[in-house]
Order: sequence, then C-alpha cells, then structure tokens
Amino acid sequence: MSWFRKPSSTPLWRDEFSVYTADERYVNRRQFSKFLTLTSFGMAAGNLWILAKSLLHHDTAYARAPVATLEEIPVGGVKTFNYPTANDPCILVRTAADDYVAYSQKCTHLSCAVYYERERNRLECPCHQGYFSITDGAVLQGPPQRPLPRVALEKQAGQLFAIRMEGESV
Amino acid sequence: MFGMEFYVDPSRCIGCQSCLKACEECDTHRGVSMINFDFVDRQETIATAAYVCWHCDNPTCAQVCPADAIKKYEDGIVGSSLKPRCIACSNCVLACPFGIPKLVPQYEQMMKCDMCYDRTSAGKRPMCATVCPSQALAYVKPENIAATRREKPVNTFWFGNQKITTKVYMMAPAETTEIAIDVADYVWEGDHELVPQAF
Repeated sequence: MSWFRKPSSTPLWRDEFSVYTADERYVNRRQFSKFLTLTSFGMAAGNLWILAKSLLHHDTAYARAPVATLEEIPVGGVKTFNYPTANDPCILVRTAADDYVAYSQKCTHLSCAVYYERERNRLECPCHQGYFSITDGAVLQGPPQRPLPRVALEKQAGQLFAIRMEGESV
Repeated sequence: MFGMEFYVDPSRCIGCQSCLKACEECDTHRGVSMINFDFVDRQETIATAAYVCWHCDNPTCAQVCPADAIKKYEDGIVGSSLKPRCIACSNCVLACPFGIPKLVPQYEQMMKCDMCYDRTSAGKRPMCATVCPSQALAYVKPENIAATRREKPVNTFWFGNQKITTKVYMMAPAETTEIAIDVADYVWEGDHELVPQAF
C-alpha cells in the first residue's frame, strides 16, 4: 500500500473497489493492531499534555472593575455588564437580599447569550436549551460540556466590584 | 488453473438441455440454471445454442456494479454476485454485451455462471461440460481441443467499438481471429427495407 497516489484518470473509488480480487487491499490484523496501539499512545500523549497544561494554568489577573451598586437591582433582578474587556458580556444576578452572583454570559456550547430564568432559578441558553446552575454555573442539562466561567465579586462601600474570572477555559 | 479451458461451440449444440438440468443440480444454486440457452431462430430452424459466462478479462458487469458485488478472481473466473452486496439493480444485466447475467427476482439477486467455482477450483470439470453429450460445452486442455476440432478457439470479440477478450473460448471457423458483432445487423426491420418517406 502506498501513502500517495499518482495523478490518474481512473477515479479513486476504482482503485479502492477494484474489480479484481488480486488488487483488493484488506487491513490485516498486524496493521490494525499497530494502528490501535499508535493511536492509543497518541491519545495518551494528548491527554497528558492537556493535564499538564491545566495543572500549570493560572487564572489570568484582570483589573478590578465596578459592576453595580448594592441597591441598584432588586432581588431576582439582573444586570448585564462587560468584564474583563468590553467584548466579554457578563450577567449579574441578585439571588437574595445580600447574595450576588455573576457569570460570563457566553454559553460554553456555542456562545449564545444566557439569561436568568427567574421562575426556576437557573440560567438558560435559549439557542439549544442548555441550563446552568445559578449557584456555581455547572451544566444542568443540554449540550454545553463546561460550566460557565464565574466572575468573582467583592463588596466594598456599597459597591460591587468584579475582581477576577474563575474557571475560564484554558 | 489445472491447465483446462472452457470451449463453447454452438454448432455442436443438439438442444438436449442436459446442461440446464446439470446446472440446476448444483447445491449452491439448486433449481436455478445459470446456463444461457437460446433457440436461435425458432421459426426457421431447430438450432439451439447453450453457452456459459465468458468470464471477460475486463468484465463489464463488474465495472458497472455500484455495490462492488461482482469480482474477478485471481484465476480469471468472474464470480456470481455476492449475496451480501448485490442490490439487484440490474446494471450488470443491462451492461453485459453477451447478455449473461440474469436477475433472479425471488432472491433479489443477480445470478450468473461462475464456472462451477467449487468444482473447477478443485480441478473438476463444470457440471455442464461433464454432461454435454456433443461437447458443445467442453472443458478440456488446449491441446485436446486443437487435436479434435476443425474449428479454432477465439476469445476476442468486438461489440461496436468495445473490444472484449474472454477466458472462455468460442469455436469459430479456422480463419477467424476475432468475432465482431454489430448489434445494428440484428435489428429487425420487417419484410421490407426502410422506405424513405415521401414529402
């Protein structure tokens, strides 16, 4: 079996599905085992690489930015803001009188904007019905595989500040 | 493989149809004969012709098969369709210039002569050749056919512009080297030649 095929007027399928049994190429057991073994090594190496990368990963430090005043939104209310840059939409939810959470608004599936579903107290992505927990941003159901990145908040003098991003994908 | 070749001589056929019955006996396709048997011109003559698949060197049936169901084996035999692959599309039936493949509706499969592959691959003669009393279908060594026949074996055919060479030989008059068949020669035109229309 050659790796490269010379340019030819006969179509490729004619080569692959030859009329003559003598020209048929079957994968033999040794080739298949070799393929499996090498692919497994490749997979293992890739996984180790990802593991190493995530172990060595540090959350990038972002500048502290004001988000809202404490009394700006009512309980169950929502405010959208941009953090850390103007192109990163985030959503702030006041879940209780003195309980605020903020997440990136980009769904981890295909980056649709998630919104707060007040009746069931969760974040919903309307594009493909992905649902995220309001307490930690974990996926409840739907196609997303990763939790929403969380915006760490800090209260200071009646003001909420975003201080960093947590759980951003590597 | 065992030094024997298949020779077809329709001029020897006596129309006994033993080959059909012998072919039907085969366990791989019991009850269905793979012999192509023709009454040449029933109104004029009692002549008949029995023949098997010609096992072309470049088989048209296999070339047109969309399911890769017809294969030519290393010893030159073009097999019948492979049951798991054949989709009964009839491409081969329409494409074969010899008209050999037949679609068997009850099996939804094309079936054709594979020269008794179970027998010939083990050195035995095909069923039809063992029973043919006049040896119109003969499976013998080339030197035997040269010694016993006046006719000459020919395996080159022309169908219009398509040249076909085959594994099976047709016995033809001694001076013949190729057999050319122009389908237009056999188109029925009635009792009269075509008359140009008068406008």
